[in-house]
Amino acid sequence: MLKGKGIKVIVSMIGLDGHTTGGEIVARVLRDAGFEVIYLGATQTPEMILQAAIQEDVDVIGISSHASNYLQIEYLVELLRKNGMADVPVICGGNIPKHVANQLKGRGVAEVFPPGSPSSDIVGYIVENARGARRRSA
Amino acid sequence: MDVNGEDGAVVGALGSGDIRTCARIISRVERGDPGIVSLLRALYRAGGCSRVVGVTGPPGAGKSSLVSQLIRVWRKRGLNVAVLAVDPSSPFSGGAVLGDRLRMAEHSCDDRVFIRSMASRGQLGGLTKAAGDALTVLDAMPWDMVVVETVGVGQNETDIIRHAEVVVLVQTPMGGDDIQAAKAGINEIGDIYVVNKGDHPEANRTCRQLRDMITLGQHLNPDSSWTPPVIKTQSLLGEGVEELADQIECRFENLRTNPEVASRRARERVRHRTAEIIRDMLDRRLRSEDGQLVETVIDSVVARESDPYALAESLLATMTSRV
Repeated sequence: MLKGKGIKVIVSMIGLDGHTTGGEIVARVLRDAGFEVIYLGATQTPEMILQAAIQEDVDVIGISSHASNYLQIEYLVELLRKNGMADVPVICGGNIPKHVANQLKGRGVAEVFPPGSPSSDIVGYIVENARGARRRSA
Repeated sequence: MDVNGEDGAVVGALGSGDIRTCARIISRVERGDPGIVSLLRALYRAGGCSRVVGVTGPPGAGKSSLVSQLIRVWRKRGLNVAVLAVDPSSPFSGGAVLGDRLRMAEHSCDDRVFIRSMASRGQLGGLTKAAGDALTVLDAMPWDMVVVETVGVGQNETDIIRHAEVVVLVQTPMGGDDIQAAKAGINEIGDIYVVNKGDHPEANRTCRQLRDMITLGQHLNPDSSWTPPVIKTQSLLGEGVEELADQIECRFENLRTNPEVASRRARERVRHRTAEIIRDMLDRRLRSEDGQLVETVIDSVVARESDPYALAESLLATMTSRV
């Protein structure tokens, strides 16, 4: 058993973003690190991702973004906050420009992983920051 | 049975259909939280009102897509639906990619539909003890239909009959010839057989082979009141799914009018569930950290100073003396 044991992660695209390859690779990387990945796929609205997060009781949400749909990511963060799910961090990956990444982080996105991020960084970040991380390390 | 205040509140919340409570309780079930047993006991006693349908079949047969189409038909008929979808865990990393929900995306925002993915976490047979516990939770809620979808199975994973009242076995065309259809195991457990991907040129032949297999075995079937139907579907288009929903309904009606069959099956499910719980309790004892004693005995078994039969007997003895 590896680091990700018992941690549940949503991996999803958002809005009209059909670029699934990055998300699928991250899902695979997380699987091999021991996480349980709920893969939602493309054409998910923020509301659909919110419902999946509630029903699946996940610990972190990963959004793969390759279509400049940043407003929807911000809206997802807002929806989670309004629905008492602010303790579930949202992290992003994909071709997100640096200044946008900073803007997203200013609006509640926990972390943004640019292209070329080592998978060990993503794995390590989730283990340390997923909901309930403190409970697990205790 | 006394239900303490906290458990009572949870039973009440679930009984009124509270989805967040349901999601959190299933997570505790997944973690194997030992403190949840008293709650599960209360839920089991409060439950049993949902119709539990099992869907099983080989990987890639279209089980999840078919379930999504079934949800659509049931919702049109005014029924509430919960789905427990199990996918395999890696035997190497323990991780999993759970992709069943992906096929059911159209129901994501319907508050009369609850979908929960679950990793098999190393159990064989397509279902886990945790899946049984999660079904106990769902069955104590106001869902009209509860669907449990197994991991993709092979020839002999028949666990589903321990958990579901009605079993739908999903096959695809080109699954082999009539000898494959004649083999024992999974071919024997369906209440209803589905040949999905029905647009394939071999689909009719596969339907015929399954019908022949069922007809030949019917004289051995202890339940002579029901001949399993074979339905051709195309889950991407929804073809044949109304008929499948009708046949599921027919089977529940048939079981209602054949109480001796229904009771025999219910008793069998209780037997299996109980055995599963005992196995889980023993497994926990074998692996528990207060099992220092067990560790030394295991060492002596490895050294052949003792034997696994003696260890099994002493484990059972300590369990019964504890109660």
